[in-house]
Amino acid sequence: MSERLDVMKTYKLLIKGQFLRSESGRTYEVSDAVGGFLANAARASRKDVREAVVAARGAQASWWESSAYLKGQILYRWAEMAESRRRDLADLVQRAWGIGEDEALEDVNAAIDRLVWYAGWTDKIAQVYGGANPVAGPYFNFSVPRPCGVVAAIAPSNGSLQGWVDVVAAPLCAGNTVVAVASHEHPLAAFALAELTATADVPPGVLNLLTGDLAELAETLARHEDVDGLDLTGAGEFATAMAEWSADSITRTYRPHPGDDPTRRLRSFIETTTVWHTMGY
Amino acid sequence: MSDSFLVSPLGSLEYAPAPESAALARLSDSYGLFIDGRFSDPESHELVETLNPATGEPLARYARGSTSDVDAAVRSARHAYESVWRDLPGSERAKYLFRIARLIQERARELAVVETLDNGKPIRETRDVDVPLAAAHFFYYAGWADKLGYAGYGAAPRPLGVAGQIIPWNFPLLMAAWKLAPALAAGNTCVLKPAETTPLSALVLAEILQQADLPPGVVNIVTGDGTTGAALVAHPGIDKVAFTGSTEVGRRIQRTAAQTGRHLTLELGGKGANIVFEDAPLDEVIEGIIDGIFFNQGHVCCAGSRLLVEESVADEVLRRLRRRMDQLRVGDPLDKNTDVGAVNSATQLDKITELVEAGEREGALRYSASCALPDRGYWFAPTVFSNVSQTHRIAREEIFGPVLSMLTFRTPDEAVAKANNTPYGLACGVWSEKGSRTLWVAERLKAGVIWANTYNQFDPTSPFGGVRESGFGREGGRQGLEAYLDV
Repeated sequence: MSERLDVMKTYKLLIKGQFLRSESGRTYEVSDAVGGFLANAARASRKDVREAVVAARGAQASWWESSAYLKGQILYRWAEMAESRRRDLADLVQRAWGIGEDEALEDVNAAIDRLVWYAGWTDKIAQVYGGANPVAGPYFNFSVPRPCGVVAAIAPSNGSLQGWVDVVAAPLCAGNTVVAVASHEHPLAAFALAELTATADVPPGVLNLLTGDLAELAETLARHEDVDGLDLTGAGEFATAMAEWSADSITRTYRPHPGDDPTRRLRSFIETTTVWHTMGY
Repeated sequence: MSDSFLVSPLGSLEYAPAPESAALARLSDSYGLFIDGRFSDPESHELVETLNPATGEPLARYARGSTSDVDAAVRSARHAYESVWRDLPGSERAKYLFRIARLIQERARELAVVETLDNGKPIRETRDVDVPLAAAHFFYYAGWADKLGYAGYGAAPRPLGVAGQIIPWNFPLLMAAWKLAPALAAGNTCVLKPAETTPLSALVLAEILQQADLPPGVVNIVTGDGTTGAALVAHPGIDKVAFTGSTEVGRRIQRTAAQTGRHLTLELGGKGANIVFEDAPLDEVIEGIIDGIFFNQGHVCCAGSRLLVEESVADEVLRRLRRRMDQLRVGDPLDKNTDVGAVNSATQLDKITELVEAGEREGALRYSASCALPDRGYWFAPTVFSNVSQTHRIAREEIFGPVLSMLTFRTPDEAVAKANNTPYGLACGVWSEKGSRTLWVAERLKAGVIWANTYNQFDPTSPFGGVRESGFGREGGRQGLEAYLDV
């Protein structure tokens, strides 16, 4: 009896809820841990970057205005979807890294638990990082955290699924929309997890995912006037240059430091608005 | 309302009944206690009946928990605390709570029908308020279980241990959620005592806890009456008492707790003032007054049961209010068109009747809605008293029914003084287009919750609870965790 032949999958970009090939028509080969062919991934162009930013900007206001409870429910729904694809995701991680099944499952489990952790943050950010201020005068004064807007996130290059969840879900749970660039070497599991947003009620444009060569995309992302925040976690050799480019439009940047509290990334992409209201009759 | 109002070229515009099916409740004939993850055999206990207050007929029988049942429940909770729950990582406790939230959402329709049958409140409220808020409460505190270090109570706050929790009959499932969710998120285990007249939704919740595979003993549910509750409060094996109910019972519980020094939070009665300034938009004010006092038949501790209206608009408000009250649909709680359902019990109906008679005797002017009331079950027509003075019993005592007492004022200072002229301090409403005045008034009101241009809003993120004789401690929000942390 012959073994059944696999149906191979074409990996694309995720922009505004649609799975698209790069407008450039380019792809690149993704290999497993021992150099074997796994798939062709889309190689995004600078134009794809700009399209993704437009999509993220278009979705940002309504994502932020939806209730914190709804955002939490949607992120939790994403975790539910991931849970039911746990083995598929682990299979992709396993092949990418050439590790054992158990080790791969550990990364996937940690990634899903992190998603749940972020789902629980949506309605607590304002309570932990906002509050009333006892100003010396007849005013009711309070500070409310708000998202900074559109965040471009460079996923860790090692392809850790948990690391990928961190760069994506931290800005999302605060009400930002995201343009993420997956690890060049190991994009497949990240893409598979992003695909699940389509069945988790994540509105189109809230999460956009690009694959390709960061060398081509870095400057466009970092200098883009409509990108408000930049997570340089996986930017590697481009991190310093991107941080400099981001100064053009005073873009907020996050670069991980050893021993960071897990909320530091989340806090990097919130702003504080303070309201003074008179008191008296 | 005149009949001609309801006639159009299309014929009568009367509402046709739109009843929800009682069969959705899937009630059993009898229920045992939920201890150590299992339902006990009902026949091994003394059984009592719970009634449908809309008909006065029995719905089911349930176990009256004895002192030894309470003891078994506390021992199970202690064992679960020490062997499983206390040391479970917060992220794992969170996932249990998320499961419970989801299962409540999935069984929402069943829970709404159970609650309406057992309590008498309209299906519109159980469907749109009680059940969704209960699920939201578990969802919210699920998110705290692995973030306790960010709540402002230290880097690694510890739980208290075993919590004994006693809840009232006005929001049975929602109060169970308010008690259980923060306690479990913080790492405590629980013994919950539902109210005597409304045990059923908590027992459906027990099934949900089984479906969620919550470890045995983490939550135990012991149904019964006041003696069951007293046994729980006095049990030496608990570390914390949380009580929602009357101020009178709250006093007794505080005395008992005083002898042991154990942790205590109380959410008690109220006599909330709903303050209307002349610049407020009157259409919205009328709806707010209606929501404030007739929501849940007025069986609401934070009800806006004292209406304080600025003198210049008092006549207009009263005229519009009476007209709106006549349009309330009072009757079958399972009918989706019903606004006001049945009073929860004969005892409560007697109490309402007695206070309303006192109001008439003391000289206040009574107006009751001109609705027809069903001829069986427990009912009271929506009622407003005008010409009420601050010394009247209906202005001082909590009626806990669909009865509003209207007073007037001339200045903001007088409004504040009258609003605070009560031993209670749970909630107040302020109606004005002037934000600065609303905030000025809010700062001076002695109340735990103040609604501005709205009333009876609840959200798991928003702390709820009273000052003075309305109790102490908060439920909901970041502050709600403090009641279950050893901090």
